[in-house]
Amino acid sequence: MEPSKALFRRVAVRNGAAATFSFDGTAIRATIGDSVLAALLQDGALVRRLEFGGEPRAGFCLMGACQDCWVWSAAGGRIRACTTPVSDGMVLFAEPQLPAAAHD
Amino acid sequence: MTEVVIVGAGPAGIAAAELLLAKGLKPTLIDEGARPGGQGYRRPADDLALDMNRLMGSEAKKYASLHRRFDALVAHIDYRPGTLVWAIDGNTLHLLREGRAETIAFDKLLIASGAMDRVAPLPGWALPGVFTLGGAQVALKDQGCLIGNRVAFLGSSPLLSLAAKQYRDMGAEIAVLADTTPLMAKAAALPALLAAPRTLFRGLWYMGALLRAGTRLLHGVAPIAIEGTNRVEALVLRDSQGCERRFACDAIALGYGLKPETQLADLAGAQFAYDADFRLFLPVIDGMGRARPGLYLAGDGARIGGADAAEASGLLAAHAILADLGQMQDVASTRNLARRVQRLRQFQRGLASAFAWPKAQIASLPDTVTLCRCENVSVGEVRAAMARELGPTEVNRVKAMTRCGMGRCQGRVCGPALQEIVAAGAGNDGAAAGRLRGQAPVKPIALAAAGDPA
Repeated sequence: MEPSKALFRRVAVRNGAAATFSFDGTAIRATIGDSVLAALLQDGALVRRLEFGGEPRAGFCLMGACQDCWVWSAAGGRIRACTTPVSDGMVLFAEPQLPAAAHD
Repeated sequence: MTEVVIVGAGPAGIAAAELLLAKGLKPTLIDEGARPGGQGYRRPADDLALDMNRLMGSEAKKYASLHRRFDALVAHIDYRPGTLVWAIDGNTLHLLREGRAETIAFDKLLIASGAMDRVAPLPGWALPGVFTLGGAQVALKDQGCLIGNRVAFLGSSPLLSLAAKQYRDMGAEIAVLADTTPLMAKAAALPALLAAPRTLFRGLWYMGALLRAGTRLLHGVAPIAIEGTNRVEALVLRDSQGCERRFACDAIALGYGLKPETQLADLAGAQFAYDADFRLFLPVIDGMGRARPGLYLAGDGARIGGADAAEASGLLAAHAILADLGQMQDVASTRNLARRVQRLRQFQRGLASAFAWPKAQIASLPDTVTLCRCENVSVGEVRAAMARELGPTEVNRVKAMTRCGMGRCQGRVCGPALQEIVAAGAGNDGAAAGRLRGQAPVKPIALAAAGDPA
């Protein structure tokens, strides 16, 4: 069996509306009610890149304590992925964005 | 009217709110979570088709009862979910809710802030796919997701077998359940564990169920490394026979028991004392949960005891609040509650030796291992700072010089391991290494929000 590229596997159905958001320019499909982290990790194995050296990270405590799952909005704001629900049309990045990039 | 504020809507906070309401007060219940129950009794969102009866197993009735009681209570109290208490200033709590700052004044404050996993670092533990054991359960209860398909459980905790069984029941393959404490130590702890035979039996039953299902269960292991490029590929360890073994897996849950979330108690003026059994600094409380005049601590945020102890200690703290407000309390029932809390917490003391914090393994970690995940500080950097002439021998000084523990998690993750590295480096016991002080904001917030005049 080809190993899954995603870390997470959904085992309980979520009955919610579909949502699409963008992460580093890639469209990610999710369900309203998913946390940003759960949506990202059902698609891949990356949530952010470490500020010191760029190593991949994918969260750790999943309960809002370790802050290891911050992702970044186009406006430069940070979002704690494990406790933030997805919303349709979100634009997120694995690394902080310069505010100017938002106007590109 | 007297303003009683409870922080934390887990079993302790809910039980306390219930009693205070019954005695004519209208408490405010503040919770960072979006839904009540805390971490252990976390309530899934309504849209998630998750069979909580099956997941909670023997605790399903208690779980359902707590949520039923919360639902009956919520209309009559000031319940504020999704609200972070980020600072405490005299009798004022500073709150953040949906990005907006506000304050609330209190006469009596009950903190029931719960616990998080205590983890021991090892090479590769920052790779994607490594999560805390509690996190693995949250992924399931909160999101209906498994952290991986083939999961290894590593650490030393009775919760390893509980979580592994939940994962197995939900369709995960268990690569291995590896416990760092030898079986002999577990046998030696049996007398203390008999303080709560039901809980002991439940733990053994989970383990038995895993064994019958063919799960590989190892005791007395020495973790070597987590391997992988960009994500977890294997767990490598030395088993109790001294053989190196490699277990292919795509996720790892790490758990060495729980540690209280004490940052708010610290800001509220609680005193701390070192507990040599848990090897943690714990807030000083009396038999009812009083930490100082007007401040009460309950649940796992005060002492690790589990959900039953949390609920009983929440009730006990509510009795203390009522007594301190001049209401007569039934002496016999509070005494019984206090005994129950004492007994359940004594059981946890037994667990602390049956599932020991691997201080020697941590003290001998290679220099190259990342200690502080936030600031990317290695074990070797801490040792090098300490080895300098007049180098620091106390954790807050080490933090100032190396930035270990200074990052976004405020030392929640690296703190216990840092304490062992510093104690070993200075040739001291854990107490002399000192305690990382809590600082406001207890979690990172936007500067603009803090400056917002509520």
